Amino acid sequence: MAVYKRTYKGYEGGLTPGWSRFLILPRYSYARLFQSKVLLMFLAVCAIYPIGATLFLYIAHNLSFLEALNIPAWRFVDINEKFFVYFCNFQSTMAFLLTAIVGPSLVSPDVTNNAMPLYLCRPFSRTEYVLGRMAVLMNLLAWITWIPGLILFCLQWNMGGWAWAKNHLWIASALFIGLFTWSVILSLIALAVSAWVRWKIAAGGLILGIFFAGAGFGAAINAVMRTHNGSMIDIAQMMSTAWGQLFHYDSGNGISAAQAWSALAVVSALSLWLLSKKVRAFEVVK
Amino acid sequence: MESVIELSGLGVRFGSRDILKDLRVSLSGRSIGLLGPNGAGKSTLIQALLGFCPLSSGTASIFGNDIRRQQKTIRATVGYMPENDSFIANLTAVSFIRMMAELSGLPKDAALERAHEALFYVGLGEARYRTLGTYSLGMKQLAKLAQAIVHGPKLLILDEPTNGLDPPARIRMIKLIGEMRHSGNMRIVLCSHLLRDVEETCEEVLIMKQGRIVHYSNLEEERKANKRFVELETRGDAEGFADAMTALGCECASAGFGRFKMVCPEGFDLKEIYRHAAMKELQLRRLNYRRDTLEDIFLKAMES
Repeated sequence: MAVYKRTYKGYEGGLTPGWSRFLILPRYSYARLFQSKVLLMFLAVCAIYPIGATLFLYIAHNLSFLEALNIPAWRFVDINEKFFVYFCNFQSTMAFLLTAIVGPSLVSPDVTNNAMPLYLCRPFSRTEYVLGRMAVLMNLLAWITWIPGLILFCLQWNMGGWAWAKNHLWIASALFIGLFTWSVILSLIALAVSAWVRWKIAAGGLILGIFFAGAGFGAAINAVMRTHNGSMIDIAQMMSTAWGQLFHYDSGNGISAAQAWSALAVVSALSLWLLSKKVRAFEVVK
Repeated sequence: MESVIELSGLGVRFGSRDILKDLRVSLSGRSIGLLGPNGAGKSTLIQALLGFCPLSSGTASIFGNDIRRQQKTIRATVGYMPENDSFIANLTAVSFIRMMAELSGLPKDAALERAHEALFYVGLGEARYRTLGTYSLGMKQLAKLAQAIVHGPKLLILDEPTNGLDPPARIRMIKLIGEMRHSGNMRIVLCSHLLRDVEETCEEVLIMKQGRIVHYSNLEEERKANKRFVELETRGDAEGFADAMTALGCECASAGFGRFKMVCPEGFDLKEIYRHAAMKELQLRRLNYRRDTLEDIFLKAMES
């Protein structure tokens, strides 16, 4: 419309499908997030381990290259579940740090600026809002956790051949389920904290605190009560136990996989409940 | 005329407190004013209509769509300008309005075009690339209006749109609302405790008090009815004039110093006043049809 024709007119054009609208939030969030050099640098750091692991895979399958460098081949272990567990442990730590950086800015600006009524007065539900905000973090976490994990698996498949792939296919599903679950837990906790703590730095600190304080209290309960139930409030230990079941190893945390999965479900449910209390268009002041 | 909003025993309760009680009315005007003192339940009514708060009883419909069952349909046809500051501080105005348009279902390109149009329309064209956090209060109000109209809603709900505006900005806001009303494309619900805003922009008024509807009126009809109210100022011996008017069927009261207030009966010919004044050699210095202002209507409603 020409600037001089400043009259109001309605909109007659077509509309986008309702199911796709939650994807609008990540698009605008990324435009803002990727202006941060710190985030870009951190994402580059997150790529170091997967790149190193790729080199390791290449070298492990090219012993002539090792001989040329006079390195004994026995130093290179077999590529099995342990290789992927190390990958999971390292990348899940990076995912945790990434969550502490990105998470606080997801919901808190909307709550602080009272923007919820603007989202929710449109054909856009609270569930879609949470899905949209979660997608911001889930997508970033996917690119540093299960996507490179599955790429590594595919590389190993390519170099190790069908025989290896047939015997280790369960590792791919363990990788995906384990890291995807970790991403969901991190995202939900970050969203809940971001919804309740409006100051970004405090929210980032609280996300870190939930894990470290949980680990500290859990260890204290275990030591004082001479039990293993303290691990139930240590999210990292719960996840480690769940991974133990997925990757067929004993995590040594003393709690069963069923207990760990149940506790993770409770953490998720609690985070969703906290979110539902804040992600609403109005607040009743008592 | 198509009913815009229909309330059928609508009730809202927070805890043990009834905020809205058994509201029943059908509103069909082009611009509807929601009036009431602070705490009357105006904003809660709007929030209930938008499906923000659960209903404790009854229901309501907007353009025939039930607010309990067809929330998405309703929200697609409504534009809402909230009362409080509502924005995303670190976005530019054009990005913010574009995002809101996209969330309403507009494709990316159309949303961008409409965002520019809406910002120019409300008068923020030159400031559209500034972040909203740097806007003054008046500019934020205009940005809120822009996000409410960007998707071309059929019903525009404005909650205290002139809050915090200086007089020129207020006049501009009222003018914009008037223009949108006259564009014929949308119906407007204006919620305000400022009588002047409602008087200048609305055809129908719903007055609320303590969660109840205490008065509903069509302002134009109300004003016509008030033409029977006459104020007189006379000079000379006015003795017996009031009695003569009463004998003609008027309700007449002396306000002292030759001033009279009269409510004339239906079909009363005002020439009778001049004739009686001439008979008594009474000078008529002033004769006014006293129009009831919205303030009078409001005060009557509050007293009822």
